[in-house]
Amino acid sequence: MSTTKWEAALTMPVREDRDHIQGPADAAVTLVEYGDYECPYCGAAHPIIKEVQARMGERLRFVFRNFPITTSHPHAERAAEAAEAAASQGRFWQMHDLLYENQRRLRDQDLRDYAEELGLDIGLFDNQLAEGVHAARVHEDFMSGVRSGVNGTPTFYINGARHDGSYDIETLLAALRRAAAAEPGRT
Amino acid sequence: MRAPKSIAARAEEVFFDMTNTPLPPGTTAPDFELPSTPDQTVSLAAFRGQTVILAFYPADWSPVCSDQMALYQEVLPEFQKLNAKLLGISVDGVWSHLAFARDRNLHFPLLADFEPKGEVARAYHVYRANEGTSERALYVIDANGIVRWSYVSPVGVNPGADGILRALENLGKEGAS
Repeated sequence: MSTTKWEAALTMPVREDRDHIQGPADAAVTLVEYGDYECPYCGAAHPIIKEVQARMGERLRFVFRNFPITTSHPHAERAAEAAEAAASQGRFWQMHDLLYENQRRLRDQDLRDYAEELGLDIGLFDNQLAEGVHAARVHEDFMSGVRSGVNGTPTFYINGARHDGSYDIETLLAALRRAAAAEPGRT
Repeated sequence: MRAPKSIAARAEEVFFDMTNTPLPPGTTAPDFELPSTPDQTVSLAAFRGQTVILAFYPADWSPVCSDQMALYQEVLPEFQKLNAKLLGISVDGVWSHLAFARDRNLHFPLLADFEPKGEVARAYHVYRANEGTSERALYVIDANGIVRWSYVSPVGVNPGADGILRALENLGKEGAS
C-alpha cells in the first residue's frame, strides 16, 4: 500500500524573540495554536485556552500563530494584521482577546475602534494596515502551519507534536499534563 | 475550521477505515476528459509538460471537504510557484460544483466525475462503492503523465497540503539532478 507517512510536528520552532508568547520560557509544556480570528471554532477555543492557562499556571507556555483562511473568512487576514500591528506597539494579547471576543465585528472600522480602545498610535496603526506591513509575517506564520500539517483551525501542537484529539477542556488538560509529566524535573 | 470530534465521527473513522490502495508512483496516470463547467471539459493530456495535483474528495458541501478545498485555495500560490496545476474532482455534477466554487471562493477547476459515475475515481483505484463517492485521495502527476506520489487519507480526515508540497519539491529536486 502506497502510504506516505510524515510527522505532524511543528517545523518552525518557537522563538522567544519572534513569537507571541504567554508564560515562562522554561515552562514544562508549550502549547502552540494556529488560529484564524474569524473562525468560529477558534472563537470557541478561546475561553478554553484561558481556562487551561489558569489551571496550568507557570507550567504552561502558550504561543499563538496566524492561520487566516481568507477563502472562507474575508476579514481574517486584516484581523491578523491588526493583531500584528498592535504587537508592534506592545499590545498583541490585548488585541488578540478583543478580536476573539468580537468575532462578528471585524470590519476595518471595527479593527480601528479596537486600536483606539487600546490606546494605540492610530496614525501608525492605520499606516501599517494600509501598507500591509505585517502581511509577510502573517504569511510566514501561515506557511509554517501548512508545513507542520495544519489542516484546519484551530490546530494545536503540544511540545511540538500535533494534538489530534479533541480540544475540550478535559482532553486538552490531560494531554498537556501528560506532556508535562514526560518532562522530568520541569513539572 | 474543525469542530471537536464527536463520538459518531470517531465511530465512522473506525467503521470506514478500509481504504483503497491508490496507483503507486511510476504508474502512467490514466487519461480522462471531464466537464469542469456546463460547457467546458478538462483533459489530463492537455496538461502534459506541467505538473498536476489531482485532489479527489468525496463530496461538495460536506464540512471537511470544504475545509480542505478552502485550504488548497489558500495554498494555491505556493502550488503555482512550483509550477503545478491543481484539479479538484468528485462525483458531484457541474451545477453543484459551480455553486460550491462560487460559495466558497474556489478558483481552481472542480471536475465532475458524474457520468459514468465515478469512472475516473475507479481508474485511479479510489472509488468507494458502498458510499458511491471517491476516497479523499491525492495524486501528484509529473509533466510526462506519470504518477509520482499518491496518498489516500482516512475519509474523515483533511490531509492538509504539506504532503503535496513535499512531493512537488521532491519532483523539483529530481528534475534538476
